[in-house]
Amino acid sequence: MMELIKKTDIDFMGIRKYAFAFSGVLVALGLFGVVQIYRGHANLGIDLAGGTSIQMKFRNPVSMDEVRRLLGGAGHQEASLQEVRGENILIIKVGAKGKEEKMVSEQVVSLLRQKIPDNPLTVESVSEIGPAIGKKLRSDAVLALVVSAIAIIVYLAWRFEFKFGVAAAIATFHDVATLVGVFYLLGKEIDLLFITALLTIGGYSLTDTVVVFDRIRENIRLRKKGTFSETINLSVNEVLSRTVVTSLTVFITCVSLLFFGGVVLKEFALALTIGVVVGTYSSVFVASPIIAVWRGEKMVEVKR
Amino acid sequence: MWKSIQWRATLIAVLTAVSIVVVLPSVSDILPDAWNRKMPKIHLGLDLQGGVFLRLAVEIDKAIENTTLRYADDARSICREKGIPVLGWQKEGQDGFSLKFPPGDFAGRAVSLLKDEIPSLDVSLGETRAEGASVTGRMKPAEILAIRNNAVVQGVETIRNRIDQFGVREPQIVAEGEDRIVVQLPGVKDQQRAIELVGKTALLEFKLVDEGSSIEDALKGAVPEDDEILYQRSVDLQTGRATKTPILVRKRALLTGDTIKTAKVNFGSQRGGAYVSLSFDPRGTKVFDRITAENVKRRLAIVLDGTIYSAPVIQERISGGEAQITGDFTAEQASDLAIVLRAGSLPAPVKVIQNVTVGPSLGLDSIQKGLRAGIIGAILVVVFMAVYYKFAGLVADFALIFNLLFLMSGMALLEATLTLPGIAGVILAIGMAVDSNVLIFERIREEIRTKKGVRASIDAGYDKAFWTVVDSHVTTLITAMILFQFGTGPIKGFAVTLSMGVAINLFTALVCTKVVFDYINARRPMQALSI
Repeated sequence: MMELIKKTDIDFMGIRKYAFAFSGVLVALGLFGVVQIYRGHANLGIDLAGGTSIQMKFRNPVSMDEVRRLLGGAGHQEASLQEVRGENILIIKVGAKGKEEKMVSEQVVSLLRQKIPDNPLTVESVSEIGPAIGKKLRSDAVLALVVSAIAIIVYLAWRFEFKFGVAAAIATFHDVATLVGVFYLLGKEIDLLFITALLTIGGYSLTDTVVVFDRIRENIRLRKKGTFSETINLSVNEVLSRTVVTSLTVFITCVSLLFFGGVVLKEFALALTIGVVVGTYSSVFVASPIIAVWRGEKMVEVKR
Repeated sequence: MWKSIQWRATLIAVLTAVSIVVVLPSVSDILPDAWNRKMPKIHLGLDLQGGVFLRLAVEIDKAIENTTLRYADDARSICREKGIPVLGWQKEGQDGFSLKFPPGDFAGRAVSLLKDEIPSLDVSLGETRAEGASVTGRMKPAEILAIRNNAVVQGVETIRNRIDQFGVREPQIVAEGEDRIVVQLPGVKDQQRAIELVGKTALLEFKLVDEGSSIEDALKGAVPEDDEILYQRSVDLQTGRATKTPILVRKRALLTGDTIKTAKVNFGSQRGGAYVSLSFDPRGTKVFDRITAENVKRRLAIVLDGTIYSAPVIQERISGGEAQITGDFTAEQASDLAIVLRAGSLPAPVKVIQNVTVGPSLGLDSIQKGLRAGIIGAILVVVFMAVYYKFAGLVADFALIFNLLFLMSGMALLEATLTLPGIAGVILAIGMAVDSNVLIFERIREEIRTKKGVRASIDAGYDKAFWTVVDSHVTTLITAMILFQFGTGPIKGFAVTLSMGVAINLFTALVCTKVVFDYINARRPMQALSI
């Protein structure tokens, strides 16, 4: 038998104070990120904020400063430029101004074509989103996050018990908040794909949590002696190998997507990769200790 | 035991055969053409094959307002024609107007006249004072409702007509909510042209030029009542420079584009370039005949969406029901204009509120990179499983292949759209697919450690892991379903592939792998399991 993780006996409950402190920092960071997003201080994607995004490919390398100067001259001082090195690809983003639904892609493209005539460009993609749509997509995204949180609590409350559901939901919230915080700190774009990654990681993180919970429930039934903390320690140690291995296979595919999936999916894959790691951490260090703290040390059987 | 194995193996074999047949048309064209066309296929999203996505807001309120204004104009003309003097008029809210009449029985006569002539209006007599009386016209609620209901439905119909004539393979034009239209045009590269074609209201009007009043005075603000200033557009086809000339025209349209029977492109107009020639239906022909007969030597402006394209002098009565629109068009512009005129005007103006255009090269690049990431990810997972779980890992790998095959056939059957995030969903599903087997195998290892027999360990492993596998997958399914409900386009694609992948995985991981172990055990009970 090949084993990545041999039989372990780690005192997870004993180090829960450190884990809670660490997680507290992550969640605080995430909440700060959320506040900043609401205040409009984050790098919000144009699909959520409204605006125009143009991806263009030049024949030869192009000077970012020159493009910035040209755009500034045309009244787009706040345009953000992003370059894909080695491929001469330039992504230009212009935010929506006020309530006016004005489409500027044609204007920007013809400006650059005119002013940089010796370096022909092809437009690879254009995305223009009016502020009204951005607002709708934003509220849809928030609604989706809330509805899925409720649906998950209900499912787990039904399959386990209410406290398990809430603990799992808190762990999931922890993962989502951490992702938001990390993306905010890295200055990565918060767009619809990122929201999709949040929901996916929310769902995936539960997979791990459920595996641990399942064993806790089983062990509570089998073991009549000992404290609740001991039971949780035993359960987490017993399933540690499979928790790590299942996460590893998903991690492998996410990393493959990150390195080979191309420009469009890069940040999406990054969010998934971080999410898998955080999700695995949280099922061991967040979800299980919460149950121990909440249920107390008495062994009370969990309904099946 | 044998019976159960046979039954399950047959089920898997049948599913596999069906899946291969279903998937074939999506991945190759070795099947006969006639068959290929009839079979459901996986569609490629716009982000993968390139194309234009437009979301339009239908400005229904503007349509109601425009109709009201038109009725107000009509009402005044009708009164004047019958010798009832109108002192003035004004708008009354979005769907009404009032006319002022001098003292006497004028207002009363106007009410009964307008009730007969414009049945879509509620006409009522307003207050009567010494200096005159007013009459209010308000659109009937049924009429407003009809405009409201019609604007989107008719708009979709008209746009579909235009796109069909333009020629796009597999376009999608659907209404969304109460006042939105979503248009997807795969393979279309020129977004500007697409927006023109889809978004042009294309309201064609023929209006008389008012040559009795001076345009200079009008530009200073003294626009005669019943008149308006419109601009004639002319373009130098060589330099592309456009100039605008103001012209004073009568507000009332003598004829509109809904009477057009056909429109086609011709070349060699006097101003050079292409022009569009129209022929009217019988009613239009009659009206046009009358207009031209009554107004010989006067100028008739041809107005499209509020811009004058030409304002020629009527040389003689035209009875043949033919007219031309010249306006410095390129061949492309003229042919698109002919299309929108044939397809008819939109019942309400539309505004583009979302435009996503993906060039074909980016789409191709995305597919290639997505496939590469998928293949590399899959190989790494397959190798990992084989190394870590040895023989059992190979069994899981074999189930993974079935998982992918069933996933593709499921998508083909549903005629689902594969988007770039959808490819990411498939890749993620590959990673999650082996999860279930990992759960089961780890459980079997635990059972083996308790010194149970191989066969009993396998059975116990599958039994005990069953609910863990189900519970852990359902949570992913729940979030994927919610994504499907709230997501748009590409993200829906992600939700579809991920949730189908996870659901199918329940079958392949629990049934397909078990049948392999059972088969081996039934032939010769295993003494040791390589796991």
